[in-house]
Amino acid sequence: MFDYSPAPESKDLVKFQASYGHFIGGKFTKPANTFSTINPATEQVLAEVSHGTAKDVDSAVKAARTAYEKTWSKLNGATRGKYLYRIARIIQERSRELAVAETLNNGKPIKETRDVDIPLVASWFFYYAGWADKLDYAGLGANPRAHGVVSQIVPWNFPLMMLAWKIAPALAAGNTVVLKPAETTPLTALLFAEICQQAELPDGVVNIVTGYGDTGAMMVGHPDVNKIAFTGSTDVGRIIAKQIAGTDKKATLELGGKAANIVFEDAALDQAVEGIVNGIFFNQGHVCCAGSRLLVQESVQDVVIKKLKARMENIRLGDPMDKNTDIGAINSKEQLTKIDRLVKQGVKEGGEAWAPSCVIPKNGFWYAPTIITGVSPANTVVREEIFGPVLSVMTFRTPAEAVAKANNSQYGLSAGVWSEKGSRILKMADQLNAGVVWANTFNQFDPASPFGGFKESGYGREGGRHGLLSYLKGSN
Amino acid sequence: MRLEVKKTYKLFIGGKFPRSESGRVYIVNNHKGVFLANVAKASRKDVRDSVVVARSAQSGWAGATPYNRGQILYRIAEMLEGRREQFVAEIRELTGQNEKQANQEVDSAIDSWVWHAGWTDKIDAVAGNMNPVAGPFFNISTNQPTGVVAAFAPQDSSLVGLVNTIAPAIVSGNSIIAISSETLPICAVTLAEVLETSDLPGGVVNILTGNASELGSWLASHLDVNAIDLEGTSNAAELEMLAAENLKRVIRKGSYSRTGATGSLQHILDLMETKTVWHPKGH
Repeated sequence: MFDYSPAPESKDLVKFQASYGHFIGGKFTKPANTFSTINPATEQVLAEVSHGTAKDVDSAVKAARTAYEKTWSKLNGATRGKYLYRIARIIQERSRELAVAETLNNGKPIKETRDVDIPLVASWFFYYAGWADKLDYAGLGANPRAHGVVSQIVPWNFPLMMLAWKIAPALAAGNTVVLKPAETTPLTALLFAEICQQAELPDGVVNIVTGYGDTGAMMVGHPDVNKIAFTGSTDVGRIIAKQIAGTDKKATLELGGKAANIVFEDAALDQAVEGIVNGIFFNQGHVCCAGSRLLVQESVQDVVIKKLKARMENIRLGDPMDKNTDIGAINSKEQLTKIDRLVKQGVKEGGEAWAPSCVIPKNGFWYAPTIITGVSPANTVVREEIFGPVLSVMTFRTPAEAVAKANNSQYGLSAGVWSEKGSRILKMADQLNAGVVWANTFNQFDPASPFGGFKESGYGREGGRHGLLSYLKGSN
Repeated sequence: MRLEVKKTYKLFIGGKFPRSESGRVYIVNNHKGVFLANVAKASRKDVRDSVVVARSAQSGWAGATPYNRGQILYRIAEMLEGRREQFVAEIRELTGQNEKQANQEVDSAIDSWVWHAGWTDKIDAVAGNMNPVAGPFFNISTNQPTGVVAAFAPQDSSLVGLVNTIAPAIVSGNSIIAISSETLPICAVTLAEVLETSDLPGGVVNILTGNASELGSWLASHLDVNAIDLEGTSNAAELEMLAAENLKRVIRKGSYSRTGATGSLQHILDLMETKTVWHPKGH
């Protein structure tokens, strides 16, 4: 095999400020109550950001309410759409900078931020821009209405992409927002605040408050918020659902997953192996819809595992800024500890863990891509969402057994099916209790395509017309 | 003079009419306050039994063709029409409404079954989509039932409220455990007899009579229930809190009118899940 020379992207493409306040009413507040945000690949501090207090949340909600009542709800749809088109264009213009910023703050490979995250961010704004003057066609009859002020809380795995999934449809529908990025990945959201300024978006339409879970809880609990949109863990989703019980607040919850990736004996096995690798090792496995449970038909188990291991030996783990890197850094020490704990538990319960020989960098947080075989459906690593580059492997004999095992989960976000037989794929797709089914592909996302889960993977959809409906209500 | 033969008012679980496992009954009086019947008072065990049969019936019902489900819902309307006189008499006895009012309620109940019957094979025509994604993929979104639904019918309606609670759930292939109005449960038992003779598979609809606030917490906290309709509850906030434990889909009180001859597509969709399927296009 040939070796790769280093091919690092330049860190100088982005300049962070030393410290950031919140973005409220079109202006940045003075940094206060700050905490450090780091590069998880080096543990170096990138900037200081502010930990939002009840007062910050209240002034952000007030700014959003004022903007909703005085400005945003008075604009016609076409004008709202034009602001979103402007934002989409500025994101495209600044895409290289945003990709670098995201990789530095998140630890994911530059290859992914450059080719997946940031292009999807731009396309999400471009897509929903076009809906803003077509709300009568959304499916709720003529003159549907916005909810008003929306609190949006996004996770650290796709920081700017999740922001786009939340803000673009909310604004197109006529809402104003207060958004909190995750505590470990706040920087691209703060760059996005600058983009709102460049686009001359009216003050207060988008407000960004940084902080921890307590800040998020205040955003959910604020009495003048009409709608909650949250992406994150099922445990926090539960807390939010309880917090808004008995109120008029609506919620969209996009939560955890434990997707089955089902490989039949008649699948194109090399393609399937690529799909397995993409399904679980994309973004270090920090993906709610990751294909974390491989279900392989017994007759091809040995050949699939052999091919998978050979492929994994060629996965490049290391500097996320290197353009050849496949697996970057784990986002935080806390997450690394969680992955490690769950894998050890799975092994204790009888699983056999295997990882390719790869060099783990000294600084930063890293976890080698790992598969665990010899596990039963009751094993911790089969049941619990690990949110890391760890694949559990089980087998099945019949399609019915594959369906039963795939659906045997509290989650129902996504599933994969690999087969060359069309009728089998369609029947499997009917029977799998999952909001997204990828057949002979995996981890595809598009603003025109609804995304979201069954059961404890949450409720509501993001993307497409369905995603727009999450931010609208009927006129009567 | 011939002595009238009176009916025993029982539960409807898995297509059968059992008494409450607890042996409990409660007294229902007519609108004048005169004793009318001892009605079964469902227990926690009855709730749990109902969830088990609802779960086992659900996949078969969802797997029936939409045409088949539509015909069965229409058949329910036919059977209800045939027993109109009985329902009118029951409504009048219980509520004191006049004949015209009682007939109007039965009309709406029948017509709502017909309205819902027509939706089975049209939901995806208006709420599904072929999605034009930016890549070589076939991508389609359809809707499928969420699973097992627990629902509390409005307390102030004998029949139409219950119909407009059950129909939006089962039209798409959900199964349901419906809790009738506590004080107006007589038509619920008669409706169960209609359902039982309409080719509806046993377990798809289960009707429990009893105390909603007592049964509520057991249904709201049951981990094998996927959705909960809080319309007829008096402690909705508390139940919504319990329902959050497994992230049940929640229909809050007052979300939809239950008195009309038509329902709401949004109500139907609240009890469904959008599923999006991707497949590459290529040679």
